[in-house]
Amino acid sequence: MTAHDVALDHPAHTPEEARRHVRTYIFVFVSLAILTVVTVAVASLHLPTWQAVTVALVIASVKGTLVASFFMHLLSEKSLIKFSLILTAVMFVFLLLIPVITTMNNKQY
Amino acid sequence: MELVSPYVSKPHPVTGVTNAKLGVWLFLASEVMLFGALFSTYIMLRTGAPAHPLGFDAETLKEAWAHGEHRSLWPAHGSQILDVRVATFNTMVLITSSITMVMAWASLEFNRSIAKFRMWMGLTILLGVAFLCVKYYEYGQKFHHHLYPKTSPYLAIYFTLTGLHVLHVIGGLVVNTYFLLPGSKMWKTEPEHFAGRIEVAGLYWHFVDLVWIFLFPVLYLL
Repeated sequence: MTAHDVALDHPAHTPEEARRHVRTYIFVFVSLAILTVVTVAVASLHLPTWQAVTVALVIASVKGTLVASFFMHLLSEKSLIKFSLILTAVMFVFLLLIPVITTMNNKQY
Repeated sequence: MELVSPYVSKPHPVTGVTNAKLGVWLFLASEVMLFGALFSTYIMLRTGAPAHPLGFDAETLKEAWAHGEHRSLWPAHGSQILDVRVATFNTMVLITSSITMVMAWASLEFNRSIAKFRMWMGLTILLGVAFLCVKYYEYGQKFHHHLYPKTSPYLAIYFTLTGLHVLHVIGGLVVNTYFLLPGSKMWKTEPEHFAGRIEVAGLYWHFVDLVWIFLFPVLYLL
């Protein structure tokens, strides 16, 4: 069965479109690889705790955004999905912060 | 007459997406809550642990733990207990599996080639198995040195977080193997439906990669 025999319900993509998409995926892959190396390199600097945490989480967030936006096609996704995920992100931050806030009265802070 | 669900391959007029896509995104949102709860457990355990005394190097700490002493201490740095090079390799394995997964979907969407799909999907599965082998080695190393989940709060949350992640990888591998082998029959009869299924399986797989992208620095590099 050749590529032309299979009919998906929407019009076929042109070869240029396909190449553009694949180029994007390769670009994202290279960026992720570089960012992984950067994360490990920064960790070897042994920065003070809060700085180390901030840098590590910022780099991880950039990597996560690349995966979500391009591999998971979130950039071109419908607004209902994006809204659900923004809500999820807000709830996630909430989930992480609440236990920390409750212990901030302790003397060690 | 066969019963056909209307919005399997065509987008739903209200949501704008197929049922499967909406379903999987909502499922992933719930998974974010699951891993989020464990991440906040990590934060609680770490901020609650006694301050690391000066002079406790990695070997002393591991020896103490193996003898049941100073179990509440948190290591000064993840690399004292865990192998960063092995985990960096595993991170690259998962990132590569994400691109092979998206190429598997692209083979159906852009090339309409089931052969190319099989190649990319096969690679994705192999990389997933490689990830599991490395984790098996890592866990084996810990057990060999008498470091178990019960040894300390640090190891408890390490094994819980990575163990749950491993279970998710296994689940993804089962699904992907199904689509590589018996499930791929659907390409002949309902290609749009099948391409949609691969896209949705891809979303789950990218999420598993995304969790690891956060797990790796938190556990190994901080």
